[in-house]
Formats: sequence, C-alpha cells, structure tokens
Amino acid sequence: MTVAVNPTQTGEPVFYLADEHPHPEGYSTSLGFWIYLMSDCLIFAILFATFGVLGGNYAAGPAPKDLFELPLVAVNTSMLLLSSITYGFAMLTMQQNKIAQTQMWLAITGLFGAAFIGIELSEFAHMIHEGATPQRSAFLSAFFTLVGTHGLHVSCGLIWLVTLMVQVWKFGLIEANRRRLMCLSMFWHFLDVVWIGVFTFVYLLGVLR
Amino acid sequence: MNTDTHAAHADDHHHGDGHAHGSFSTYMLGFVLSVVLTAIPFWLVMSGALPSKQITALVIMAFAVVQIVVHMIYFLHMNTTSENGWSMMALIFTIVMVVIALSGSLWVMNHLNSNMMPIHQMTGMK
Amino acid sequence: MSPDLLKLIFGRLTFESLPLHEPIVVGTFAVVATGGLIMVAGLTYFRVWGYLWSEWFTSVDHKRIGIMYMILGIVMLLRGFADALMMRLQQALAFGGSEGYLNSHHYDQVFTAHGVIMIFFVAMPLVTGLMNFVVPLQIGARDVSFPFLNNFSFWMTVGGAVLVMASLFIGEFARTGWLAYPPLSNIGYSPDVGVDYYIWGLQVAGVGTTLSGINLICTIVKLRCPGMTMMRMPVFTWTALCTNVLIVASFPVLTVVLALLSLDRYVGTNFFTNDFGGSPMMYVNLIWIWGHPEVYILVLPAFGIFSEVTSTFSGKRLFGYTSMVYATVVITILSYLVWLHHFFTMGSGASVNSFFGITTMIISIPTGAKMFNWLFTMYRGRIRFELPMMWTIAFMLTFVLGGMTGVLLAVPPADFVLHNSLFLIAHFHNVIIGGVVFGAFAGIGYWFPKAFGFKLDPFWGKLSFWFWVTGFYLAFMPLYVLGLMGVTRRLRVFDDPSLQIWFIVAGIGAFLVFLGILSMLIQFAVSFLRREQLKDVTGDPWDARTLEWATSSPPPAYNFAFTPVVHDNDAWWDMKKRGYQRPLLGFKPIHMPSSTGTGIILAGLATAMGFGLIWYIWWLAAASFIAMLAVGIGHTFNYHRDFDIPADDVIRAEDARTKLLAGAK
Repeated sequence: MTVAVNPTQTGEPVFYLADEHPHPEGYSTSLGFWIYLMSDCLIFAILFATFGVLGGNYAAGPAPKDLFELPLVAVNTSMLLLSSITYGFAMLTMQQNKIAQTQMWLAITGLFGAAFIGIELSEFAHMIHEGATPQRSAFLSAFFTLVGTHGLHVSCGLIWLVTLMVQVWKFGLIEANRRRLMCLSMFWHFLDVVWIGVFTFVYLLGVLR
Repeated sequence: MNTDTHAAHADDHHHGDGHAHGSFSTYMLGFVLSVVLTAIPFWLVMSGALPSKQITALVIMAFAVVQIVVHMIYFLHMNTTSENGWSMMALIFTIVMVVIALSGSLWVMNHLNSNMMPIHQMTGMK
Repeated sequence: MSPDLLKLIFGRLTFESLPLHEPIVVGTFAVVATGGLIMVAGLTYFRVWGYLWSEWFTSVDHKRIGIMYMILGIVMLLRGFADALMMRLQQALAFGGSEGYLNSHHYDQVFTAHGVIMIFFVAMPLVTGLMNFVVPLQIGARDVSFPFLNNFSFWMTVGGAVLVMASLFIGEFARTGWLAYPPLSNIGYSPDVGVDYYIWGLQVAGVGTTLSGINLICTIVKLRCPGMTMMRMPVFTWTALCTNVLIVASFPVLTVVLALLSLDRYVGTNFFTNDFGGSPMMYVNLIWIWGHPEVYILVLPAFGIFSEVTSTFSGKRLFGYTSMVYATVVITILSYLVWLHHFFTMGSGASVNSFFGITTMIISIPTGAKMFNWLFTMYRGRIRFELPMMWTIAFMLTFVLGGMTGVLLAVPPADFVLHNSLFLIAHFHNVIIGGVVFGAFAGIGYWFPKAFGFKLDPFWGKLSFWFWVTGFYLAFMPLYVLGLMGVTRRLRVFDDPSLQIWFIVAGIGAFLVFLGILSMLIQFAVSFLRREQLKDVTGDPWDARTLEWATSSPPPAYNFAFTPVVHDNDAWWDMKKRGYQRPLLGFKPIHMPSSTGTGIILAGLATAMGFGLIWYIWWLAAASFIAMLAVGIGHTFNYHRDFDIPADDVIRAEDARTKLLAGAK
C-alpha cells in the first residue's frame, strides 16, 4: 500500500508526516459508543438467557398468563415506537439546523419515553399489589430484572435527553452537541431493538406458554 | 487485507462521522414497517388465529427477527460501510457472542435439568 | 445515641466489625498503618502531593496511566502473595492433629482474597498497564481515543482494589472461594459483609475494565498512523486488540451475574437460591461465560509480549506473523466455546461434556502454533540472553507443561477425578504464572527503559528470575502429585501425615518465590540508584523493531513530534535499515487532551457508594450516587478539554534529545 503523503516528491521513503491535521474532535466517538452499545447488548443477552432458563420456574406462583395484559403491553410498545420516530424527526431537523424544532421533537420523544416508564411502573405496581413480587418465584425475579433493566436504561436515556436539551438550549447545535444527539439516537433506537426482544420473548411467548 | 483506508486520514474532513443519516421517507418507511411487524404478532397471540401454539411461537419469533433488522437498517442506519465496516464487524461479532451465550446456556441448563432432576419432579413439571 | 439512629448513620458497621480479636490482622494493620503514615508524612514533607495530583492522578497521558496501573499491580501483588505464603504455611503445618495457625474463618478469607486479588488486581492491572503504555506508542498515536475515560477507568480499578483492601481491616472478606458460588454466597449462608465487599469491589473495578477495553479497541481501530494496515500491526497490538474485544464481550456478563447475585442478597429475589425455582448452577454457568474468556484476556497480551521479545532478542523478524495473527483471532473466538469445562462434573451429560471437551482440546492447536512460531523465530537467530528473553524461555518451558495438563483436564472422565483437586490448582498456576506473570515480567524488563530512560539492573533481575523459576517449580510440582493422590483444594487441615512432606516442599517453593519478589523490589531500587550507569539515551536500548523505540525514552507527552508513516511490519527496523533521519526542524504546536480531576472524583464517589452499599449505610450510597450523577453531568458541560502544546515546547524537547543523541555517538 502506498501512502498518499509524500512532500518531497523525490521517491525517497517518507517516514513521518511533516504537515498533519490532528484528528477532529470526537473522531472515535461514534465507533466507541457503538462498541459500548454492543457490550450493553451482551448485558441484555445474559438477562434474556437467565429469563430463558428460569422463566418457566413459577414455584407454584402466578404464570405469565395470569399476569400479563397484552393490550397494555401493546400500548406501551406503541409509546416506544412513537418515541423512536419522533427522535428520528429530531435528528432530521437537527441536520437542517432548526434548533426550535429539534428541541420540540426531543421534548415529544421525552414525553413518550416518560409515558412508557409510567405505564411500566404502573404495571409493576399492579403485579406487586397482586402478590406477584420479584421474590415470589425465579420466573418473576427474572421478569422484573429483565424488564426493569430495560426501563432503567430508558430512564437513563431520559436524564440524558434532558441534559442534552439544556446543552442545546445553552450552546446551540454545535458540533459537539450534534455528536451527542447522534449517540443518544443510537442509544434510544438500541433500546427499541431490545424491547422487540422483550415483548416477543417475555410477553407474547409467555402468554403462549 | 486492506481493512484500512483510513491511512489517508489526513485528508479526511468529514469529522470522523462515517454514519449515514436517514431521510424523512426512510424514517417513515421504517416506522410503518415496525408498526406492522409489531401489530401482527400481537394480533396473532391475542386472537389465537393460528392453529397451534408452536406455529404461532415460530411465526412471532420470525417477525421479531425481521423487525430487529428493520430497526437496524432504518433507525440505527447500519450498513457495511460505516466506520470502514468496523460497526458491522462489531455487530456480527456481538450477534455471534449473543447466540453462543443464549443457546449455550439454554442447552447446558436444559441438559442439566433433565439429567439431574429427580424423576418424580420431572414428571410433575412436564 | 439511640441504636436506631446509630443504625441509620452507620448501617451495620459497628465497633465489633473491626477484627480486633484476630491478632494476625491487627499486626498486619499496625504494619500497614505505620507504613502508610510514614509514606504520607514523607510525601507531605517533600511537598509532592501537588506534583502527584497535577502530573499523575489527574493526568490523561496514557503512559502515566499505564505506569500507575503497573504500580497498582505490583502493590497488590505483595498483598496477594502475602495471602499465598500464609496458605502455604498453614497447609505445611496443619498435620497430625495440629490446627495450624489460621482459624477457618480467617483461612477461608485468605484463599478467597488471594484468588480475587491475583486475578483482578494484579494480573489485570499489569496487563492493562502494559497495553495502555505500549499500544499507542506502537501504533504511532499521540494518546488513546478517549483519554479522560482512560483516567476514569484506572481510578475505578483502584476503587475496587481499595474496597477489597478495606475488607481486611473493616469487617471481613468473602469466605466463598474466588468466584463466590451460590448458595454459599447467598444471604442465608453468608449473611455478613464479606460477599458484599466481593461484589462491589468487582463491580466498581469491572466498570473501569470494560471502559478501558472499549477505549483501547477504538484506539487501535481509529488511531493507527498512516501506512499501518491491520496486517502491519505489531503482534502485541494485535493481541491487545483481541484481549480488549474479549474484555468488552465478557465483562458485561460478570456485571450481570454479580448484579443478579446482589439482587438475591439485597432484595431477596430467587435467581440462585435453592427455593422458589432458583438455580445455583445457572450462576456457575454464567460466571464461567465470563471466566473462561478472562483467562485469555490475561494470557493473550502475554503472548504478544513474548512475540516482541523473541523477535527483538533473536535479531530476526517474527516467524509466521500471519499465522500468529490468525492464531490469536481463533483463540479469541474459541475462548467463548469452552466455558463448560470448568464444571464438567455439574452433570449436563455426555453430549454437552463431549462438545466442550473437544472445543477445549481444539484451542490448544492455535496455541501450539504460536509456540512453534517462537521457536522458529529463535532458530538460527542471534539470541541475546537479556532478562526479558530469559523470562520468555522460562515461559516456553513452563507454559507447555501447563498446557499439557490442561489438555489432560479437558478430557471429561479425567476431569471427574481431578475436578477441584490440587492438580487443577497446579495446572492453572502453571499457566497463569508461567504465562501471564512471566509475560508481565518480561514486558516490564523490556519496556522499563522506554518508560523511565534507564534499564533495570541485570544482577538483581537474574537473581529474581532464578528464585521465581525454581520457586515456582518447587511450589507447584508437589501439588500435581497431591492432586493425583486425590487431595482437594482449599483444605485447612490434613489427617494423612504422609502428605506433609509435599506441602513442606511446596512451602519452600513459595518462600523462594518470596525471595524472587523481594529481589525484584531491590532490583527496582538498585536500578533507580544506578540510573546514571544504566541510562539509555538512544531511546532504543535493545536494537528493537517496533515503533515505540523510534521516540525518546521516556517519550515526550506527545509521543512523536511528527506522526510516523510506516512501510513494514517491523516499522522501526525498516526505518533504521533505510537510513531514517530524525526530523530536526519544522515543529508545530501539538493538540493534546488536558488533565482533569473528574475521573478520580467520580471513582472516589463510586467507591464511597460501594462502601455504603456493603454496610447498608443507605444515606452514603444514595448521596454518593447523586453526587456521581451531578459530577458526571457537570463534566459534560465542559466543552474545552484540549489544549495545544506550543511549538516552542516541542522544539525545546526535541532539541534536548538531539543533544543527547549527539552525546551518545
């Protein structure tokens, strides 16, 4: 492979860059964040594996059929899907440099996310009220931990979202903020992908079981 | 073995952002697809439209896989060229690891249960 | 004060938690406290706190962070080895009705702490430290991809080590063995703080390890200098890449497993309990999905070090570079397919055991290929028996032995006999000491002059080498024998007096290793005192081959005044051969990341949170968590994290080097 940097033009081998540009700020960020997401993906994989192994151990307690209300799960899923598309709109308006609209879409995304968390918490509260606590059986331990970890991620995403809205408000859509919005976008859509696994394997297959 | 076109990074003024961005239409397409791919499995399970549970399970799992791919392409903008293919490489590696950890755990623990569980409990469980 | 209020403030931490009834611990505490006080007083007297804070603790320079990792590893080695000596002494004494000198409460903590410390706080920091120091230099980069994260990762590792060390004097450590299998580690059987120290020590350190893994992957992928394609990367960088891939792909598993165990302990869930559908064996399964790759995380960089050392001291290009790279990659992937060999006896049945037995045996093939590559590199080379090369040869002999016993253990029926016996203990010490520890020592000897500008004293080094090698064989060969005779691990007293002689021999071996460690510390001191005689001004004391030797020793903060361009695998060798002239003019300002104290503050808060959780001091845990969040978010409001090293400073540093080089000729 020849290197396209040869200031001398004499055919002498070039051993250093006499005139270099430093890597732009955030040069590695998107790859780094992607790799972080991959490691997070393994966290969920292990939680899924745990649910897969222990998910049938009801210990004479309630089973998925007795607990899950699919219409509620469907509503919750739609909250997350809607928040995904609104985040997409935020990214599109960001590319057009429209600060106000970006902020608006981010806020809407945040509301959908908060609604998702709210519904999930009320579902949890309802289950616990009926005696289906995380301590009741290995199935419920695994269920609460898997779904709760996802919810915790969404909550972290919400904190991050608010922080970024403040930063966009204070400093505008500068390069650093755009990069951060893009990372949060990956994070948010990644959580969506995990949720597909959750509603399919935990809720739908649970009810089928 | 030329995995490295970044050697000429001195000429790279794209702010290191190798990511593709979606457009309004790709986002909408992704959204519509994901709504459909979510709605059908929910409907299948809630209505019990398919004759057997096994078939339903397989079908909704297939839908999940398709939907994950849709999200990857339209929302996460995965392609083979971003970051010189390293994103895709990381993803493939992760999928391999996930498959190994998931299927391995299920296989190992399932065999353990069927080998070590006392007989009376086994018949009680199945 | 009312007991309720005390409980609110101190959780379950009471005066009785201090192990005042254990004379050995009190004595240790007295020694450690005196030593610590003397050190603090000395540092204060010589007014170096400010220097340490601004130049080291808050530094984001990968070289300094690397060196700090090495110091952490060596300090913790002393603690971990003290545990080893205590165990060897106990086992050599406790015969014929004697109870030895350690009660079971203490002894069980000692063997747990030994394992945990040696793996997480000795081997990991040594390996991470070497990667941190060497990789950016080898690929011609100025720093890692995320310098702040690097500093934060280091301090998280320190935080974990602090928690584990604190358990010695405040409360107690786990008495469960180094992997804390439930149900023993569950709240019912281990109600005290030991397992909680274990959990939070590893969780805090684990965050650091994962982040540093992401960081180094990005560094290697994104920051290689022009011309350095993947297949021109030095082998050490390749092994570092694979190791960090393994870290990122396996430490999340450990995080989850420990989180589930802590849920069982704190909230009362039923993941690994015996009741309510829990499955303790699921813990064993999951923790080994992390645990086996962990072994390769440690040994792969050691393989990289041996590759660099062998080719440098044989004066030859590494034999079979491509096969070396592929062998590394294959080991990386295969290391994920063998975890069940740690628990063949669990009872998964013949099909599962044969699968994992076969994959385990397959993994020895790429490892064997590497061994032959090193041998062929040495073949007809002009071998210089400097210290790093001696460690390498000791590694080859020792590691092959350890590998052979490993293949033996990979046969499930044989494993049923040898499982949890001293044979297993001998095996993994054989590969970890013979591979990782010897590798780290070879690496320290090899790169020490790069880091400090003077070589290590060879006399004390050779003394240390011979003590270590003979001590190792004396300490562990008897354990193979004992294991074959059926002696299991972690025993405190023995009935059969005929076994005693073997334990005495092993004890003598451990004492020789102790002399080896002592000689090594003396070696550091003597080398520092003789630094003028041992000085290296060329930056290339070994006539080496890779890029890190192209710059001065120690390298300037910016590593390279001009980013190098490489044309060959052995980039520096190629430059030397083709008459590379060091640039003397045209220096420009260099863009570098600024130091920050955020990393150490965040890690300190994380440690405090861990301490609060261990002792049920909920206000402390909550307060430090909120503070962590606030500091973390506050940090993101700082958009100016870089500065330019002025061209004048670069010129001054480079001119100084020019003078040095001229003086050397």
